[in-house]
Amino acid sequence: MLIRRPDDVNSSEITPYRVYMNRRHFIGRSAKAAAAAALVPGLLSACDEPQRIEARPAAEPGAGSAGVPTISQEKDWESVRSELDESLTPYVDVTGYNNFYEFGTGKEDPARNAHTLVTRPWTVEVGGEVARPAVYDLDDLLAPHTAEDRIYRLRCVEAWSMVIPWTGIVLADLIRRLEPTSKARFVEFTTLKDPDQMPGQRRRVLDWPYVEGLRLDEAMNPLTLLATGVYGADLPNQNGAPLRLVVPWKYGFKSIKSIVKIRFVEKMPATSWAVSAPREYGFYANVNPEVDHPRWSQARERRLGEFRRRPTLAFNGYGEQVADLYTGLDLRRWF
Amino acid sequence: MTVNVARRRRILVKSVLWVGCLAPALSLGIAALADGLGANPIEEITHRTGWWALFLLTVTLAITPLRRLAGKPGWVRYRRLLGLFAFFYATLHFLTYLVLDQFFGWSYIIEDIAERPFITFGFAAWLILLVLAVTSTTGWIRRLRKNWQRLHRLIYAAALAGGVHFLWKVKADAREPVIFLVAIVALLLLRAWAPWKSRAGGAA
Repeated sequence: MLIRRPDDVNSSEITPYRVYMNRRHFIGRSAKAAAAAALVPGLLSACDEPQRIEARPAAEPGAGSAGVPTISQEKDWESVRSELDESLTPYVDVTGYNNFYEFGTGKEDPARNAHTLVTRPWTVEVGGEVARPAVYDLDDLLAPHTAEDRIYRLRCVEAWSMVIPWTGIVLADLIRRLEPTSKARFVEFTTLKDPDQMPGQRRRVLDWPYVEGLRLDEAMNPLTLLATGVYGADLPNQNGAPLRLVVPWKYGFKSIKSIVKIRFVEKMPATSWAVSAPREYGFYANVNPEVDHPRWSQARERRLGEFRRRPTLAFNGYGEQVADLYTGLDLRRWF
Repeated sequence: MTVNVARRRRILVKSVLWVGCLAPALSLGIAALADGLGANPIEEITHRTGWWALFLLTVTLAITPLRRLAGKPGWVRYRRLLGLFAFFYATLHFLTYLVLDQFFGWSYIIEDIAERPFITFGFAAWLILLVLAVTSTTGWIRRLRKNWQRLHRLIYAAALAGGVHFLWKVKADAREPVIFLVAIVALLLLRAWAPWKSRAGGAA
């Protein structure tokens, strides 16, 4: 298990979202001093915090003076990681190797180009079959909820993978608060469409804006996260700031970035990759080593930083938590 | 122009070509040693070696039309060099897949070649280049005579297969492979219909 079950967590440990954000703001400022200290060899090793974050701070793309890997020292990632005995992917790779076609189709394009995205103020339009449709300011949308740290594997449909420490809220909590009606069967998410902020949208590589979706019960699964941070700091733009989905048992393209719209709908949403190449990408897109992509094998994957490919796990290793969502569903047909 | 000057110029051009053709491999090697290939170095090496193989293959195909257009029939003597460097990068590309990417996982490799058309095409292109590289020596040119020329027209098949290999690999952004394929097809058409075809003789 990669998540803390509610009964593992004392209520005193739970930090309301707003307090958490303020704390991170404070950490962000103190991190500058810490980053300076990092230049002095040996000083940081005096910190007692257990951590195995392989940071390469020298090559920080666009992190400015904040020195984010230093921030992560504030957290005891080991305890969050609990039983997931896999090393975290270094921050520099998590934030420097991205598929975010809104900023270019090369893996390093998003880190280079995403500075044009303005993430505050940010609004999220909630609509469709829901009792409380409105345009929410992002902070208001998140404020009542509890920020959690979760370490998840991320398996890209291109057969590479990472292990990423996210910060976010459990989507189910938000959905309960928004009160979908009895008609709602799916949740549809939409990314910002603005070619001025997202220069990759000037080319019609995909049918913009990017749309993704989940069945309501998938969205309600306690693993599904709406993330706002990575490595204990705010999401960098290239990782989908300020709000993105994280669905760890599905291929990475399901985890839509920079969300501006959440709609509750009756019919299965037409999602971007399934529209672009319906033979190759389905709505479900569950990680499945048995069902190959028509053009390449999904049986193995390269964990970034490792030399040999490793076998891909059914549901990316989260079968215990999610397999029962798909009882009776032909996973070959509904790939 | 004396013979000596012409010879010196040829040596100079060949030296420049050698340096130019080796530069991508050198920069790749340096970047690999300096941890400068990003988060997924094996993918980066695969992409770069494949790109240079296709690029040099396209340049090799362009030599004949170019030397006709420029009225420099002597340029043909640089064609083999370029073609062999295309093979060099194609081989690096294939070895990267074989060793770094799959680490001799023969069952996966055979499955890939047999069942995944984009890999089948890439492998076919490399096999053709292998045959052409082996038979590129002066001895083989002499031995095969007229057949050498016929055999070496397969370079168009290798280039087309390489272009299709690239096209079928990308997920959505087909711009680069399409540019390559357009260039290769254009060169092929130019070759098929060009007025110099009948006069080309053994040097075509």
